[in-house]
Amino acid sequence: MKKHIYLLAAFLGLGVSFAHAQIQKGSVLIKNATVLTVTKGKLESSDVLVQNGVITQIGKNLTTPAGVTAIDATGKYVMPGIIDAHSHVGLDVVNEGSAPITAEIRMKDVVNPYEIGIYRALAGGVTVSHAMHGSSNVIGGQNATLKHRWGSNDPADIIMQDAPRTIKFALGENPTRNHGRRNGIQPRSRMGVEAVIRNGFNEAIQYKKGWEKYNLAKAQKGNTISPPAYNERLQTLVDILDGKIIIHCHSYRADEIYMLINVVKDFNIKKLVFQHTNEGFKVAPEIAEYTMGASVFADWWAYKMEVYYSTAYNAAILQKNGAITSINSDSAELIRHLYHEAAKTQRYGGLTDQEALAMITINPAKQLGIEDKVGSIEVGKQADLVIFEGHPLSSYAIPQMTFVDGVKYFDRKADREDQRQLVAATEMVEPIFLRTNEEAYRCMQDVDEYFEAFQGAFIKEKH
Amino acid sequence: MKRILNSFCAALLALLPVMAVAQIDGEFVKPRNGKFLLKNATVVTVTKGILDNASVLLDNGKIVQVGSAISSDGAEVIDCSGLFIYPGIIDGGTRLGLVEVSSVPETVDYSDVGNVTPNMQALTTVNPNSEAIGVTRVSGVTTVLTVPSGGLFPGTASLINLNGYTPDQMYGGFKAVAMTFPSSGRRGRFDRRSEDDIKKDGEKAMKEANEIWDNAKSYLELKNSGAELTYFPEMDQLAKVISGELSLLIEVNASSDILNAIKWVEGKNIKVIFTGVAEGWRVADQLAKAKIPVVTGPIQDLPTRASDRYDTPYANAGMLAKAGVKVALRTDEEENVRNLPFHAAFAAAYGLGKEEALKAVTINPAEIFGVADQYGSVEAGKRANLVVSTGDPFETRSQIIHVFIDGYRIPMSNRHIRLYQEFLERSPGLKTN
Repeated sequence: MKKHIYLLAAFLGLGVSFAHAQIQKGSVLIKNATVLTVTKGKLESSDVLVQNGVITQIGKNLTTPAGVTAIDATGKYVMPGIIDAHSHVGLDVVNEGSAPITAEIRMKDVVNPYEIGIYRALAGGVTVSHAMHGSSNVIGGQNATLKHRWGSNDPADIIMQDAPRTIKFALGENPTRNHGRRNGIQPRSRMGVEAVIRNGFNEAIQYKKGWEKYNLAKAQKGNTISPPAYNERLQTLVDILDGKIIIHCHSYRADEIYMLINVVKDFNIKKLVFQHTNEGFKVAPEIAEYTMGASVFADWWAYKMEVYYSTAYNAAILQKNGAITSINSDSAELIRHLYHEAAKTQRYGGLTDQEALAMITINPAKQLGIEDKVGSIEVGKQADLVIFEGHPLSSYAIPQMTFVDGVKYFDRKADREDQRQLVAATEMVEPIFLRTNEEAYRCMQDVDEYFEAFQGAFIKEKH
Repeated sequence: MKRILNSFCAALLALLPVMAVAQIDGEFVKPRNGKFLLKNATVVTVTKGILDNASVLLDNGKIVQVGSAISSDGAEVIDCSGLFIYPGIIDGGTRLGLVEVSSVPETVDYSDVGNVTPNMQALTTVNPNSEAIGVTRVSGVTTVLTVPSGGLFPGTASLINLNGYTPDQMYGGFKAVAMTFPSSGRRGRFDRRSEDDIKKDGEKAMKEANEIWDNAKSYLELKNSGAELTYFPEMDQLAKVISGELSLLIEVNASSDILNAIKWVEGKNIKVIFTGVAEGWRVADQLAKAKIPVVTGPIQDLPTRASDRYDTPYANAGMLAKAGVKVALRTDEEENVRNLPFHAAFAAAYGLGKEEALKAVTINPAEIFGVADQYGSVEAGKRANLVVSTGDPFETRSQIIHVFIDGYRIPMSNRHIRLYQEFLERSPGLKTN
């Protein structure tokens, strides 16, 4: 019996490595650039050597190994591939809005490698995005961390298979609107949000005990016990309690942020990142002390009541209080210029180049649990790199080339203009989408837009 | 000495908070009128080149003198050594003051019931105390066109300066009737009409627009002939466009719609400005030939078609300008109007060039709105709308040090900055006593 399990595991293992074999890895030597390593300072006139998808050498006047293409980057800047810790690009569906807890949902099941937004993000230097479930539920689905390997037609190729599991939580207006005010079930208030989370975790503890009891009894000779019913939803909550999943929680107000910190303390959960966190600045010392930090907008505010008392200095306050802080997009438009969004921390709070760049590279990498693999230019890391004309924190900066695993997926000068990979046969006339940037915010996609379309009310609802 | 220099640099970096901290407990800093001499700056006049080591004298709301060796007699001298002076930045299309929190309908006032409501006045509903106004003006944006939207003729837009306690104090001297040109585009992903239906809806809307226009023409003819007319405020406002008293802002974006709009305007002999113009680059030559000025934006936007080159929204303004179209920029925003300088930077980088991009947010909108005698450059006789910065105001690393609007020295504070001051080092911090 045991042997069979090993055989099965070996078989599964093979399956996984087959899937990995699809992923292309490249070799390239970027020469004579200003290298912004993020973790090891700024290196003038330096080269970065990439072999088989991994950074193997950083230094001056490196020789070009046989079979490796050299790119002259004199006068240009190289930085690590930008990481967006909050995105919905590359997802066909965003919200499963049917219940306050839908922890069993997996965004990996709805990844769309054809979405043009992936290429547009690459053109903004973004190599990794955290494709999240929306904010309709208190405990939403499990997110997918994507690597922007544009051109593949297999969703598995653009999923970062070696990234840890993460799950979406959401507090405040969105879950209370979707469930309480629309459907008349808990939560309708921020009290209810806390109750839903605590009830969920306590139920999961009961569920876990049930299995532990069963597993103990099963080992006894001559037992006749039958196993508890398997429940994917509760098992996922157990995995959170066991530290196997990082919580990424949509949040705005300081009170709800503080509430969740207290909840996770009570359940001894350590892996928590706050998303949006517009009022994070008010509880910055608590976020710094008890969590994996906050992933915030550079300057968005006032689009809904719970972000009215925001400040563009949020990121700077969090950073200076010692919280791990990243700048995210949550938008198919903003994802195209996260380098510029990060630069706003210099206008609003005077952060250094190093601090600002960390907010779109190593800091989000830490929050996604992938900081040992990406997020800085260091020997041994995956070769996700961007070459910029102009310093990336200048408003005039233009990304020139973007590499994922050493493979060039974006080249401003060489790429064809029409990047569509899939054109529907029924598409006689290409649709024109006007004012699409208002549509770029997809946190409540699949919930609000239908609701609004039926109601005929086109009031802007974001995030 | 080095220490003083260092602390000066630190003060510059964190200048906004430092300045306001200097106030006494509980004091509120108000905008202050007076005679100011901004001394020894690099003055970027926009229309008369860049003047090194120059000064600007402001008095009674006007720029009195620009140059070197200006007498400081009776003026408060503000040392601007190492700093740059720019004219106030103008956003050619916003909803600033018309909305406070966009998801709360009770605070949204840029759109009303009805398809033909040109008589509705944006200026009336401008809230001078909107938080977004204080947040916007410290970025150097001193003046915006605030525009109603929604129906075919949703209302009358107004130019406002971002200082004052009544709409009339803020009024900037230009109004225009807004028109949403019948569109062949989709309103978004949830717009699932068939191509046929979109076409039919567009044709129906065009027919309606023509009928309304003909009615307004008849109304004007009757009025001019001295006829006794019943109260008809919509027609009365449209008649002002036909008579040339007011400009018409035509919101139009898809290329086929732009061409239709050019045709529609032909022979009407009215003052027209196209706004939005997202696909203007496809028909730039026709726009240039028609000599219709354009207020385009947002620049930081997505392409309208999946097949478009990724950077078309960034490059659109540059392509229009190269074809010979007069271009001003807009954010089409409310709370994020402060980002206009950054939109301008993107347009500059992707083809418009720095000099033209600066014009597109200063002298060009002033000329397009017919108020270039008052706005858009640092010249004697113009309104004292000025920005003093540590460098290029389009760069995020630059800090805006002073803003003057109508000669008032604006306090460099707002709720965002006050929250920064309160929470940077919160007291109590993590633990209480």
